[in-house]
Amino acid sequence: MGIMHELSVTESILEIALRHAQESQAKRVINLYLVIGQLSSIVDDSVQFYWDLISKDTLAEGAKLHFQRIPARLACLECGHEYSPGGDLTCPACHSARVKVITGKEFRLDAMDVE
Amino acid sequence: MPQRVAVVENILNANDRLAAENRLRLDTAGVFAINLMASPGAGKTSLIEQTLPRLTGKLRVAVVDGDIATSLDADRAAAAGAQAAIQINTGGDCHLDAVMLQQALNQLDLSKFDLLIVENVGNLVCPASFALGTHLSVLVASIPEGDDKPHKYPGMYSGVDVLILNKIDLLPYINFRMDFFKQGVEILNPDVVTFPLSCRTGEGVEDWTDWLVGRVATFKRG
Repeated sequence: MGIMHELSVTESILEIALRHAQESQAKRVINLYLVIGQLSSIVDDSVQFYWDLISKDTLAEGAKLHFQRIPARLACLECGHEYSPGGDLTCPACHSARVKVITGKEFRLDAMDVE
Repeated sequence: MPQRVAVVENILNANDRLAAENRLRLDTAGVFAINLMASPGAGKTSLIEQTLPRLTGKLRVAVVDGDIATSLDADRAAAAGAQAAIQINTGGDCHLDAVMLQQALNQLDLSKFDLLIVENVGNLVCPASFALGTHLSVLVASIPEGDDKPHKYPGMYSGVDVLILNKIDLLPYINFRMDFFKQGVEILNPDVVTFPLSCRTGEGVEDWTDWLVGRVATFKRG
């Protein structure tokens, strides 16, 4: 993955954070709580790096990013078994290939601390 | 005192909103748009070169090419018969996003086209996450990439409507386990429409273009 990917993602996070900070008439954003599924291709350190650069001179300058990682969970559509995938994505109980993702694709900003 | 503010907003919301605007513009103009994605070298540009001559007289086609720096792909699309070929240089970015497509749409008179082919940046990870507003997502895979790619790049394989498996003329020379490949695709995307073909020999290309012409006709009928 190119490191530029995290830059465009970080710009989106900043846009959302500043919009909500203005709506709540905050003077400063202190913490951001991000929820990122295991199946989303995002590198935490890279986002924090870009964040520190692009949040300069904004309400969110110096804010700390907190990442909550959601593990991948799959459900088998044949037998209903739920599991965390290992190397293989097929159902460990019945070996079916018809499965769906329950969690692991999350990619959102849940909350912020402001003052 | 710090106070907690609930946000609960998808991080790619801004992109998704713009993608919806792009879609509305395309719908209003009656232009069917496809987002062509693949790893570098899978044959996106070759597929466009094979596709365009087979659409001559049936559909008026514009091509938008995402490339990190050059205009080589747009030049090839124009040479193959695209009525318009627009280059978007992403300046190093690894995918196209809705803003970039919006800028390209601004350069086109959409009333002059039936089909818009958007060639994304060669990359098997990021493009699937960034909606453009196109109607159909197409992934070009190829035999030499190996049969494990669906298993290794689930985001891309699960997010597309059409899978083109290119370079099937190389099957006799490469250890490609078709069953293993198909199993990965079946897990991630059981409803995907698959076209095995070869851009070099032309085998299978007409199945794809006939299907595409049918899709555009269905779209045009609303």
